[in-house]
Amino acid sequence: MVMQLPLTRPAAPVFERSEGYWSSVFRRLRRDRVAVAALAVILAIVAVALLADYVAPADPYRGATLRRLRPIGTAGFPLGTDELGRDMLSRLIHGARWSLLMGVTPVLVAFVLGSAAGILAGFAGGRINTVIMRSVDVLYAFPSVLLAVALSGALGAGLGNALLSLTIVFVPPIVRVAEAVTTQVRGRDYVEAARASGAGAFTIVRVHVLGNVLGPIFVYATGLVSVSMILASGLSFLGLGVRPPEPEWGLMLNTLRTAIYVNPWVAALPGVMIFVTSIAFNLFSDGLRSAMDVKR
Amino acid sequence: MLSYVLRRLIYMIPIVVGVSLVCFVLVHLAPGDPLVSVLPPDASEALKAQMMATYGFDRPYWHQFGLWVGRALQGDLGTSIATSRPVASEVLRAVSNTLLLAAVATAIGFAFGCLFGFVAGYFHDSWIDKAASALAVVGVSVPHYWLGMVLVIVFSVELNLLPPTGAGPDGSGDWAWNWAHMRHLILPAVTMSVIPMGIIARTVRALVADILGQEFVGALRAKGLGDRGVFRHVVKNAAPTALAVMGLQLGYLLGGSILIETVFSWPGTGFLLNAAIFQRDLPLLQGTILVLALFFVFLNLAVDVLQTGLDPRIQRG
Repeated sequence: MVMQLPLTRPAAPVFERSEGYWSSVFRRLRRDRVAVAALAVILAIVAVALLADYVAPADPYRGATLRRLRPIGTAGFPLGTDELGRDMLSRLIHGARWSLLMGVTPVLVAFVLGSAAGILAGFAGGRINTVIMRSVDVLYAFPSVLLAVALSGALGAGLGNALLSLTIVFVPPIVRVAEAVTTQVRGRDYVEAARASGAGAFTIVRVHVLGNVLGPIFVYATGLVSVSMILASGLSFLGLGVRPPEPEWGLMLNTLRTAIYVNPWVAALPGVMIFVTSIAFNLFSDGLRSAMDVKR
Repeated sequence: MLSYVLRRLIYMIPIVVGVSLVCFVLVHLAPGDPLVSVLPPDASEALKAQMMATYGFDRPYWHQFGLWVGRALQGDLGTSIATSRPVASEVLRAVSNTLLLAAVATAIGFAFGCLFGFVAGYFHDSWIDKAASALAVVGVSVPHYWLGMVLVIVFSVELNLLPPTGAGPDGSGDWAWNWAHMRHLILPAVTMSVIPMGIIARTVRALVADILGQEFVGALRAKGLGDRGVFRHVVKNAAPTALAVMGLQLGYLLGGSILIETVFSWPGTGFLLNAAIFQRDLPLLQGTILVLALFFVFLNLAVDVLQTGLDPRIQRG
């Protein structure tokens, strides 16, 4: 008798591509309800800023002495009017442009400059590393608010100088993160293998280093946007950033400060906007960080 | 330990030189004539030259830097252009006021930050954890100058309980430990404490959750140690890092007090900086920034040394 082996059909081979890193990050991020909500808030504020001319019910620059500091809920002025009788709602909407511009630009520029310097320092090592990192240490030795205020105070008030000072404030921390991550990646086996097979420094950085390094640096930079929003509006609040009559949230807080005895809650409104934007960026950055953390 | 401290001190020298250089260059980046704020617009050329010589602005930059550093080492930070008083004494008085505010704020922030952070880490992933973590995020995301305004609106304008501005009754600038002065401290200190509270709460939460997950805690429990005993072990493990974060926060608050001091008209370094910037008083600006930055540098050193001393796990290599 011939032994009959039980017949089992071999499973059809699966040639499905395994899920890539980034799509797994987005899958985890989509499931994080807090991060999704935060992103929705950010996108809404960006949309309002872009469409300010169509969304705002009134001219943010036109005031009237007869209707100064109307309370929230006045007919025709849902959020009241400011110290010159301008519609608060329209000013807050147009303010999104200035405040986002002032909060996001420095971090973006610092992200580019800081990543470049940090990757160079981390990859080159040796003397180049020492020069870059020791100069960064000196700027890092200043508390960030002090450095921002000192720089823009010395350069003089104005939008350009404020953006420049904030960028200088955010470059050192980004360089530090970029250098640390690059140094780590540089020691990996695949970099060694690429070098052994004859790849030049530029190719190694482009193919092996950038892709592994930019993600963590980017997450760190998104976390800085929240700080940058607060600092940028803070500079305007001190009179060092955007100049009147532009509607920037920090500047609006400053000019409305004297109004807290007349109409306190209208005076506090611009701060609510700064707060909401800053907390949204913070929560989104937290969500992105845990979504990109493979170990969890 | 001593050799470690010495090594750290030597490593500080280039940083201190760099920081002074930045302070010096910073102010010379400023566009315009440094004496524009004191001289009348129709001042004669001779008077201008005489004033430039008095303040040393006519010498080459490297010479000015050398003179400035040399004098600073002897405790002389120059003369304020706006008030003609020595910068050093003005800064010193302001620093003591800011230090008071920042120290009280750090203490409040540390106490509440530890409480929230510990509870959140202990009841990891419970609703208490979520609430405490939310509070920590609010603490680091809130624009503190706005929070100051809101507290003034609530406690001064609406409830009329606390004074909105100043450091003492009738605008007195000198501090005294009595209720009349302490009432003025409450709002600015509470406002300022929100930032360290958020950061310390986040740190302590992560620390406690991490420590409780380690094997030695399980071993302690298996051995029959009660919750109080385990708590003691957790505190001992978390303390060095938490204290280090607190020290750094004190430094950040000292340097970053300008916004809160502006809201509350608190007569500290922030107030001085504000005056120096808007009156274009370069020696005062230079001196204030230098003192604050050096304070921060040495505070960092002290924190590092203390942490190394407290925590036997850190290598001194």
